[in-house]
Amino acid sequence: MRIYALSVYLFLYLPIGIIALFSFSAGRSASQMQGFSLQWYGKALSNPFVIDALKTSATVAFTSAVLASVFGTMAALALAGMKGRLRALFDAMVYVAIMIPGIVIGIATLIALVTVFDGVNPWLEPLTGYRLSMGFGSLTAAHVLFTMSLVIVIVRARIEALDRTLIEASGDLGAGPVATFWQVTLPLLSPAILAGFLLSFTFSFDDFIIAFFVAGSETTLPIYIFSSIRRGVTPEINAIGTMVMGASLLLLVVAQVMLRRAGGNNRT
Amino acid sequence: MAMSRQGARYLLLGPAGLWYAALLVLPLAVVLVYSFGERAAAGGYAPAFTLAQYANLGSRWTAFQNTLVLAPAGTLAALLIAYPLAYYLAVRVDPKWRTVLLVLVIVPFWTSILIRSYAWIYLLGGRGIPQLLADLGLGDWRLINTPFAVLVGIIYGYLPLMVFPIYVSLEKLDKRLLEAASDLGAPPWRRFVQVTLPLSLPGVATGSMLVFILLMGEYLIPQMLGGGKVFFVGNALVDLFLQSRNWAFGSAMAVTLVATMLVVVTVYMRFLKRIGAARDDVGLM
Repeated sequence: MRIYALSVYLFLYLPIGIIALFSFSAGRSASQMQGFSLQWYGKALSNPFVIDALKTSATVAFTSAVLASVFGTMAALALAGMKGRLRALFDAMVYVAIMIPGIVIGIATLIALVTVFDGVNPWLEPLTGYRLSMGFGSLTAAHVLFTMSLVIVIVRARIEALDRTLIEASGDLGAGPVATFWQVTLPLLSPAILAGFLLSFTFSFDDFIIAFFVAGSETTLPIYIFSSIRRGVTPEINAIGTMVMGASLLLLVVAQVMLRRAGGNNRT
Repeated sequence: MAMSRQGARYLLLGPAGLWYAALLVLPLAVVLVYSFGERAAAGGYAPAFTLAQYANLGSRWTAFQNTLVLAPAGTLAALLIAYPLAYYLAVRVDPKWRTVLLVLVIVPFWTSILIRSYAWIYLLGGRGIPQLLADLGLGDWRLINTPFAVLVGIIYGYLPLMVFPIYVSLEKLDKRLLEAASDLGAPPWRRFVQVTLPLSLPGVATGSMLVFILLMGEYLIPQMLGGGKVFFVGNALVDLFLQSRNWAFGSAMAVTLVATMLVVVTVYMRFLKRIGAARDDVGLM
């Protein structure tokens, strides 16, 4: 049984390990380990296309994670303890947004926005000199749809586990609803919100399929990696991949710690 | 300053509601409407009301066939590999290692599937496992760009998602039931088949559903490990929307994909309900 578990872990980590190992190769070949060097990391980080893609991905991930956390938390607060049709409608939306394949979301967003933009631009452009097109905005908005739903699920679970007596006590002690929210509810929810933020950031940063359809002229890091692999495998891609995985790993560990804290201090 | 509770509620739900209306309901409605249209001469969409696109779906039958064979096969293979691991983590392992080992299972799922699939190009490519097999005198194997490679990529990509729900349902299992079974003289294998397995079915149901749904829309794994030879519906969709710009036909295909998913999921849920596995704890996560 233990040997079985060990071999599954090997299966899970060997491929990742190989990428990381080859990224330190000194040779030009992407599939052979020749000596040790950090040259591919240097190459990757001085490649302007990589830096541009990294900036785009980081900006989209940060913006969408902020919006998702704020809107998701707001919705979760409103939905807590709510019943009736509106609640059922929102539950259905959250469910559909999480369950529909990313590729369908990508396609649907692409054709809907292109159609809307084509309708709006003919009168918007003469008036303002500005044209709507697919790019940063559409990509961020599409990511927010999924990640906001994720935040709603996480934060709502936390609200349901919250000790109501704390909020009542705050009211009994004379705090108004606004003060209670800022001084009691929000601090109690913050680990869950932060975990939701980090998961949202990671999702957006790693997403390929939605971005492939709706990124317009923008190139995110996964899109850059995908098109590079099409041209052939290089040690530079290994270095980029290793850095991306390292960054995701770091964010995940932080998110896990936050979720643990969110689940752990129910009794305080 | 005084605002009604109801008013505050609508205000809080505003942004989320706007997002769902503009970026979920509207786009899905557009796809549905376009699926009854035609391809414009220059690509894109021309208004019409015809079922021609749906009638033409047969021309992309291979993509549906591949998806409907490899998605269930991948789900089943992932399940068979994941179950013993989940069992080990929930029942056998020393509790002080449990959390660490669980996190180690989940971590790969949250790192880029693009990079993880790409790793298999190495392992299955000419210089990886085939080289190893040849050196061992086991003959000449071509692994990359085959359905096998896609299957390996699928299992690799979705294993964590399968382990987690099964683990959760096994962990909740009341150990006293097992003790009772063994007090009543049941040998270990019978305890497993008659107690553990039925009680873990909700986790099996959740895990296989999640994996299956994600696999139905898969694009990257067949693209990277199937080398354009093993085509999924997802690959056909990318082709139709980004290359040949046939929005009407692509929309019909997307609608069919979602409808197929819904049908399979409903049938599966019915089946599980009949054997008594689907209970209220078959949740989202």
